[in-house]
Amino acid sequence: MELKSHEPSGPIEERWTEHKAHGKLVAPHNRRKYTILVVGSGLAGGAGAATLGELGYHVKCFCFQDSPRRAHSIAAQGGINAAKNYQNDGDSVYRLFYDTVKGGDFRSRESNVYRLAELSVNIIDQAVAQGVPFAREYGGLLANRSFGGAQVSRTFYARGQTGQQLLLGAYSALERQIDAGTVEMFPRTDILDLIIHDGRARGVVTRNLITGALETHMGDAVVLATGGYGNVFYLSTNAKGSNATATWRAHRRGALFANPCYTQIHPTCIPASGDYQSKLTLMSESLRNDGRVWVPRNPEDATKDPRKIPEKDRYYYLEERYPAFGNLVPRDVASRNAMYVCDDGLGVGNAIDDDGKRRGVYLDFSSAIKRLGRKTIEERYGNLFEMYERITGDDPYETPMIIYPATHYTMGGLWVDYNLMSNIEGLFVAGEANFSDHGANRLGASALMQGLADGYFVLPFTVGNYLGTVRELEPLTEKAVKAKLERDPNYSKAQADEQLARIEKLSDKHIREVNERIEKVMNAPEPTHAPAWFARKLGTMMYKWCGMSRSKEGLEQALVEIPKLREEFWRTVSVPGDTDEMNPTLENALRVADFLELAELMCRDALHRDESCGGHFRVEHQTEDGEAKRDDEHFSYVAAWEYTGDLKAPKLHKEPLTFEYVQPSMRSYK
Amino acid sequence: MQKTLTLYDTTIGKKAAMAASGVILLGFTIGHLSGNLKVFSGPEAYNEYARWLRTVPALLWGARLALLFAFLVHISSAFQLWKRNAEARKTRYTKKVDIATDYAAKTMYWTGPILLFYLLFHLAHLTFGGQLFGDAAIFGIEGYTWEPSNPYNNLVRGFQHWPIVVPYVLGVLALGTHLFHGIYSMFQTLGVNHPKYNHLRRDLAIALAALLTLGNLSFPIAVLAGYIEPTALRFNFPELL
Amino acid sequence: MAETQTLTLHVWRQKNANDAGRFETYKAEANEHMSFLELLDTVNAKLIEEGKPAIAFDHDCREGICGMCSLVINGYAHGPRERTTACQLHLREIFKLGWKEIWVEPWRANALPMVRDLVVDRSALDRIVQAGGYISIRTGSAPEANQMPVPKDVADRAMDAATCIGCGACVAACPNASASLFTAAKIAHLGLLPQGQAERMTRVRKMVAQMDAEGFGGCTNHGECEKACPKGISIDFIARMNRDFLKAMAAARDDVKTP
Repeated sequence: MELKSHEPSGPIEERWTEHKAHGKLVAPHNRRKYTILVVGSGLAGGAGAATLGELGYHVKCFCFQDSPRRAHSIAAQGGINAAKNYQNDGDSVYRLFYDTVKGGDFRSRESNVYRLAELSVNIIDQAVAQGVPFAREYGGLLANRSFGGAQVSRTFYARGQTGQQLLLGAYSALERQIDAGTVEMFPRTDILDLIIHDGRARGVVTRNLITGALETHMGDAVVLATGGYGNVFYLSTNAKGSNATATWRAHRRGALFANPCYTQIHPTCIPASGDYQSKLTLMSESLRNDGRVWVPRNPEDATKDPRKIPEKDRYYYLEERYPAFGNLVPRDVASRNAMYVCDDGLGVGNAIDDDGKRRGVYLDFSSAIKRLGRKTIEERYGNLFEMYERITGDDPYETPMIIYPATHYTMGGLWVDYNLMSNIEGLFVAGEANFSDHGANRLGASALMQGLADGYFVLPFTVGNYLGTVRELEPLTEKAVKAKLERDPNYSKAQADEQLARIEKLSDKHIREVNERIEKVMNAPEPTHAPAWFARKLGTMMYKWCGMSRSKEGLEQALVEIPKLREEFWRTVSVPGDTDEMNPTLENALRVADFLELAELMCRDALHRDESCGGHFRVEHQTEDGEAKRDDEHFSYVAAWEYTGDLKAPKLHKEPLTFEYVQPSMRSYK
Repeated sequence: MQKTLTLYDTTIGKKAAMAASGVILLGFTIGHLSGNLKVFSGPEAYNEYARWLRTVPALLWGARLALLFAFLVHISSAFQLWKRNAEARKTRYTKKVDIATDYAAKTMYWTGPILLFYLLFHLAHLTFGGQLFGDAAIFGIEGYTWEPSNPYNNLVRGFQHWPIVVPYVLGVLALGTHLFHGIYSMFQTLGVNHPKYNHLRRDLAIALAALLTLGNLSFPIAVLAGYIEPTALRFNFPELL
Repeated sequence: MAETQTLTLHVWRQKNANDAGRFETYKAEANEHMSFLELLDTVNAKLIEEGKPAIAFDHDCREGICGMCSLVINGYAHGPRERTTACQLHLREIFKLGWKEIWVEPWRANALPMVRDLVVDRSALDRIVQAGGYISIRTGSAPEANQMPVPKDVADRAMDAATCIGCGACVAACPNASASLFTAAKIAHLGLLPQGQAERMTRVRKMVAQMDAEGFGGCTNHGECEKACPKGISIDFIARMNRDFLKAMAAARDDVKTP
């Protein structure tokens, strides 16, 4: 299989425009004849479903939450980047493009990233017009801040809940379309399989989470916008329900999974407080703008009141190691360094790992409070401080926060071309679920940007382009059969009936397969443990062997242990209750079962990528200073894995990456 | 069936009707109190005020009709909302703590009917007393009979008797509580709010409720304390009705 | 050392909307740093190991922003701590209050019908938004973002309203099961901004009509909603909705239909 990225050629700044100019279109009166299935209702899915509906397509949108407004995009705190250059500080589309490619450690596709930067400005216009209440200056114009170490102020924000506000914008657009009848919404619905017919993605198998009913929905194109797979690590900043089942099932049906090992561990999260911990909460990266990260120089000070540790006994390790960037080094660098100092036994806080080492570092605002006053700090971070206090019971105005890195985002995902279409025709993948824009590491405030760019601007064109190219597909819904019968004089009633029977057979076959899986998980021979028990175990393994730093030995051990755990899962998982009712244990079991397979692929990918890049850090490949050392000669490609039926032997396909505009260089934040 | 939305279809519309009629009723209670305060100026002044009222039948009857209308609107909208609200939660909580609800708000559905009953009693006592009791003892209270053309004495002598004072005091307290929540609620319902002045809404509600409560309580207190006494003077002017 | 206690939980269990429903009692080992939902997790883990159906409760982000969690804890929507969702309620708060026995109930309102155990159907809130909780702007047709300045205080107030997470605690806490605060917050968010002016008078009428059609009670200005709201949204927005609504009903030249 040759991976064709379908990138347009020519000057990079003209590619998207050119591509649109030559794409196929669907005429307005024909659009309602096409059914598009959108899975996920976050920024990518919600914006995509709304816009496709607005264009006149018949859209069915699915989410597992009770309302599309709850998708986990909602949790993004910091902001959204856009190359508006409102601050006159030298920003431009090119610079955002450049920063993103560089930030991704030269493992992303230039054309995609440029398009993303280009569309960033439209996103802000769109969001403001929808009524997203971005922060403003006293003159009434939009405010910006510098974020995640960017050297320009290009981040737009809404009081530490930018994600929720942008999602509410997309959600309101979606609800408008639901009211208009173009979008049908299916909340509390899990996607348990993808239906491929004649080589094209044509439908999904759903489980109604209230009644347990299995159904199929057929359409002309399928969009997966289901977010990332960070919950493989169990403790992550993802929502409890975030899962990889739709993408993993698509992978098992033939979609390639690209760069699964690229995961981002966010440096500023609240550490776990005990073994009951169910998730980790991120504290916005913006905190590092004014907070100073340190640990005690002497391990015996670990339990001492941090306010009583004199300045000379404090190790401001980021400031010392990276004088130029200090506390604002990129996420992966900050995370890794936190891990190193804790490995060295300098960690603080109550989270203690299996080796007896404390896993936490201080994030201290005392000097910022002294310099700027409590009021300014309160204005900037008030809600974050409140959140911290609520969770830990400590007041960050008085005593330093304790933070530790946690899994936050997965850059890997289903492989897509420039049109966001996977190797399966008609299967589009958007937002965090695809692999495309962030390379090996994502910059802060870029996830919202990508989700919305994909949803509002890319999919509406590329899905249309696909439908315009294929023109007529075999009718797989009753409605489509009927329409064909009315339209086509050569299509007889008998043919139509035959087609309907065929559809039913196709549908039954898929439902039967899903049902078998459900029955299997419900009836493990020795039911002992809850699905979450396995998820937690898997998470511990992944943090240990496939987390912030990875080694050949560790990954090899993971590849022995994960299959064992998977075997134990199928043998001993306990799923009480029935299938024909709301059954949260069953929902979770099916998700965990898929994580147990995906985890193995992640480790396999991490093992094969014998270099360090971005969020993927192999201990064998580091500079003398402990920085990630890429191997461009051998690994400047996208690793896209094909499911072969045997989890032990996925097939690797390579999409070479070429850099015409940004020359790969060694990142240095010294 | 879809139809054109009217104000009274909606909960807000009904609530606004309740607020607007409440404003009329509030206006009346203020006017009523200020008229009655003349009792402190002596029997001549008080009875002269009563006589004057009879000389402006248009005003008197206009006000009575407006009040009747306001009462009907106030009560019917209250009833409809009460019914709707009671039905909005069929399964009740086993445990539920009200954090913000004050006593006045909680008892609106009680103080309302109490006020209605008191009003009927009050009308039977001082407005229709002559017709209802003639020369007989009012409410069977020994020695308390109706004096035509002397509302001053009818009032003052009534407050010398506990069976009149007790319902009156209860009625006035219910009025005060009802008004406290009602006035504040009226601002909220009619959308009169501004962060700069919002605190004044509650202040005004407290002030008006207190004023009306204390003002109305001053009469029985003054009578019972012997500050105001029945008059021996005789007056002659046509009856009110 | 973290403080631990054994708590007695009386949890509402109801198989589905047709089932009668009852409290079932569980003992749970509580740690002061646990969130309330993590306490339920531990109960569930035990139930599952014993082969009994787990307690169904809505939850997702567990960081107080998705609005999914929805528990009435000892009579308080989202529990006793102000401005805190159930997922962010940590047990040290419960310990402080000295509660040893806790009743856990779902949101109760006819307009939010029972699904199972502690899970209710909040789609009525979505339908209120569908009725008009948006600014009709076609993707791609937006003007340059900085073309229209929005005074900072207006933007801030719109943001105050927009912080609503749609959890429904206002409905749960209201003595009348009214959705006024939710609806008012949505109306105020869009109605305050210059972008939202074009549809302001239509929006308020349609959304109020939908709110009523869903079977929520009316507002009696008790203020329970404001206290229960995990985002502390002010009932001033309800007054604003009322004003806008009365104005719209009086002045608008066109009619809107009942849903």
